[in-house]
Amino acid sequence: MIKEALVEKPPREEVGLLEWLKRNLFSTWYNTLLTFVSLAFLFFVGRAIIVWALHTARWEVVTTNIKVFMIGRYPASEAWRVLASLGVILLLTALTWVFRKLRGRPIRQWLILGWLLSFPLIGVLLRGFSEQNLFLPLVSSRVWSGLLLTLVLAIVGITASFPLGLILALGRRSKLPVIKILCTIYIETIRGVPLISVLFMSQLMLPLFLPPHIRLSTVMRALTGITLFSAAYTAENVRGGLASVPVGQYEAARSLGLSNVLMMVLIVLPQALRAVIPAIVGQFISLFKDTTLVVIVGLLDLLGVAKAVTGQRQFIGLHQEVYFFVALLFFIFCSLMSRGSRRLERSLGVGER
Amino acid sequence: MGKVRTHKSVAIVPFWRDIRVLRILAQLAFLMVVIAILLWAISNYRARGLIFGYSFLSKEASFDLAEGIPFKPTDSYARAFLVGVVNTVRVAVIGIILATLLGLVTGIARLSRNWLLRKIATVYIEIIRNTPLLVQLFFLYFAVIMKLPRLSRAIVLAGPVYISNRGVVIPWLRLAESFRLWWPFLLLAAAWAGVLIVIRRRTIRRVGRPGINLLWVFSCLIAVPVLGWLLIPGNPLRFDLPDLVTRSGGVITVDGGVTLSSEFTAILTGLVIYTAAFIAEVVRAGIQSVPKGQAEAARAQGFTNRQILRLIVLPQALRVIIPPLISQYLNLTKNSSLAIAIGFLDLYAVSQTMLNQSGRVVEVFLMIMGSYLAISLTISLIMNIINKRIQIVER
Repeated sequence: MIKEALVEKPPREEVGLLEWLKRNLFSTWYNTLLTFVSLAFLFFVGRAIIVWALHTARWEVVTTNIKVFMIGRYPASEAWRVLASLGVILLLTALTWVFRKLRGRPIRQWLILGWLLSFPLIGVLLRGFSEQNLFLPLVSSRVWSGLLLTLVLAIVGITASFPLGLILALGRRSKLPVIKILCTIYIETIRGVPLISVLFMSQLMLPLFLPPHIRLSTVMRALTGITLFSAAYTAENVRGGLASVPVGQYEAARSLGLSNVLMMVLIVLPQALRAVIPAIVGQFISLFKDTTLVVIVGLLDLLGVAKAVTGQRQFIGLHQEVYFFVALLFFIFCSLMSRGSRRLERSLGVGER
Repeated sequence: MGKVRTHKSVAIVPFWRDIRVLRILAQLAFLMVVIAILLWAISNYRARGLIFGYSFLSKEASFDLAEGIPFKPTDSYARAFLVGVVNTVRVAVIGIILATLLGLVTGIARLSRNWLLRKIATVYIEIIRNTPLLVQLFFLYFAVIMKLPRLSRAIVLAGPVYISNRGVVIPWLRLAESFRLWWPFLLLAAAWAGVLIVIRRRTIRRVGRPGINLLWVFSCLIAVPVLGWLLIPGNPLRFDLPDLVTRSGGVITVDGGVTLSSEFTAILTGLVIYTAAFIAEVVRAGIQSVPKGQAEAARAQGFTNRQILRLIVLPQALRVIIPPLISQYLNLTKNSSLAIAIGFLDLYAVSQTMLNQSGRVVEVFLMIMGSYLAISLTISLIMNIINKRIQIVER
């Protein structure tokens, strides 16, 4: 501490506006040229966008359909259930945020329990019981659509793929050749093919290999595909985390007499998983973007709903406005998440300890 | 405890607690579970009265494919699949080349000393990386290309290049009749240049200095074909320039040149713009990974700016760049399957049609998987050879 205090940082340079301009935009003749070309480019692109956004574009296609984009064909009378689910998530997030600094055991455990319980709770809330139920009538997953479906696919996909990916990663590091080879084949095959082909498999092929009395809805089938696909990527991320745990940790655990299972659960996994969290968040972001592919197998996620909206009779041909709006929504979500993940990375101190 | 254990007690361990036996048993059990699940799935498949087989491939496809190598409805399913594979490879190869160029330029722009250029590159990368590729493709196809003017009012760029909602028509270089007299000259030039390069390498290894300037190699590569051009009668190459023609009945079409269909233009542009943003980040990280001290040390030793870039920074940056670049190339290839969403007839789209016609779900699915795995493996094989050549040799 004392040493650090003694080393003085160099004073920050104060630069005037003219000096800054000269340094950053007009330092050499080709820099000046680049600046003018960039300015011209910005001027024309910017003018085109402003004229389009304020003058040409008919934004009523977005404003009238805003509810459609959010929940799609989910019955309007039951929309409060979506809001309630959102409320549960926001409440839990807020509580986690408030108590993040508290290392007090009980409250943390309650929070984890709350998060675990929120999944079935939201599932029941969204789906309901039976058609006759007065309070929560059935809303079949067939009518889940819009941003709601996108979020369900991404969140359930990443959550369900995590345990599977963990098992696959451990299997790939196993010393037993049969298990290792089978896990490796699975991971490498899935990573070698596009997501759309896995989705296609889950939509068309999976029903053929199940007994006739098991009928999965299209959403369930898409979720299966996304989970199977995502698990292979999770496995590789987790494997990276496992490799980052020093060998000494394994040896120390063994010399304390821990069994293989205890060594994994108590010593290795807690360290490995902490190192993996940023990578998993990154994977979640790309999965969130990739869920749009369910459009191709006929589901109505945010993009699917947008495609349907461009076919509405009074708004026909307004592709620019609709797809711009969808892209903007995705942009906001993804940038927020990647900014959050960068903060998380810093607060976890991965790579520092 | 006081007893001395003899090695006999080792043998007393019963076989069901022997770690070697347990390992084999665990693997056998795992294998049995996997096989049981597979058998169960296959029995369900059989119970539906479905039979696995590839005999349908030689049957008549009876659908038409408008894109790629010649195909008529009387051709077989196998040929239809080949059309799809060729289209995918075409998009992937051209896409990889263009995305690398755009990515390189953007990556360098992000490190530019010009503040404005740096910001433009950053905004481009952020927008592209934070929106789904499929949304970009939809926007590009439905909101941009489909909204372009009709062919009769096509936008004409210098070349001439005709841009319309039917695609892009570009001029193309075609071989003329007298090319068969010219190609021996091309061969001669290539052989000569090859010999010069071999000699040059040998002198470098022997003396440590190139005896032949590279300029000689280039000039022979240019001089010999030009000489041939002057000697042979006629023009071996001709520019095939596109032109708008009004057919009978007032239908306007394009004659000559090469037409890139609007679907091909959309998928290629979309993939290039998307992948280039990722490649730009790879390039930036690679260049930044070379410590500043390296360039400073080189400058202290009197290297010129160009030499520093060519001899010090780039070789070290490339080592960092190539491995993530390989995975970007693989991503581009896999992402080309999104072409189906805008109707480009790639491997996946053709397979969908085959599947709807023949009903052979599992067979077609295995063909799709096999093709993508084969293409991915080829790309990573080629790139790994390059990677091995530039990686540092450990002392």
